Amino acid sequence: MDARRESEATPMKNRTTVERKSERELVVTRTFNGPARIVFEAWTKPELFKQWWVPKSMDMFLRSCEMDVRVGGRYRLVFGHDASNPAEFFGRYIEVTPHSRLVWTNEEGGDGGPVTTLTFEEKGGKTLLVLHELYPSKKALDAAGTGAADVMKETFEQLDELLVALGASVGR
Amino acid sequence: MVQYLRARLDASFAALSDATRRGVLEQLGRSDASITDLAEKFHMTLTGMKKHVGVLEQSGLVTTEKLGRVRTCKLGPRRLEEETAWLERYRQLWDARFDELDKVVEELKRKEKVDGRKKRE
Repeated sequence: MDARRESEATPMKNRTTVERKSERELVVTRTFNGPARIVFEAWTKPELFKQWWVPKSMDMFLRSCEMDVRVGGRYRLVFGHDASNPAEFFGRYIEVTPHSRLVWTNEEGGDGGPVTTLTFEEKGGKTLLVLHELYPSKKALDAAGTGAADVMKETFEQLDELLVALGASVGR
Repeated sequence: MVQYLRARLDASFAALSDATRRGVLEQLGRSDASITDLAEKFHMTLTGMKKHVGVLEQSGLVTTEKLGRVRTCKLGPRRLEEETAWLERYRQLWDARFDELDKVVEELKRKEKVDGRKKRE
């Protein structure tokens, strides 16, 4: 409720929410101050997509971006300053409904990749964007969240503390 | 160790999947509270709140301590941060992206307006 009040008070900056809806699903939502056709365009035209996908605060460089936005069409994003050491993200579009719905696979990680469903809901000139990621298993989503080496390291560092705390609660 | 960690994360995510339990965690983040306080705050029966606290306690997100007849609940040590840290990082990534997307949307809206004007002329 606070969030709603906040976004009304400052219409220019809408809130991004991320929620783990279930063991296998992550949902990201955000409202944009423009019609669905414009937001859809920004997601499906490489020259526009490139302008926002890598925020300036991120130390990443989008080398190339190919999108064949039609059912069965493929996309490929290549990151990295160094051509010899690229990071690639790719998959294919399963559903394409102009201005309202896009569904694509994420295949760079093999079978563990999620299927992403993006919906554009226009209301009063604004568009609610809902990005839904469905992982093939709970394990795959857990791995996406905790798999990064730095996160694991941090978590292990905290594990000793946790064990002490658990020991204390068992002992009670 | 990894198995153990996974099991702990599972329990925590299950605990976090409920809006009331997330509310309880938020509340306990502000100050410790008894089960009676929490039940009142969330308009619940004592039994209902005991169940929620039980789930939170099992996941390690909350610890409770009985002093006399009152059971006081408090946040478990650093548990919430640990589990929500990656979700928060993920949110920040999207938030930063979407701030940039806002700019693209504004630019496209501006262009549409200009083009529309040209067409009418």
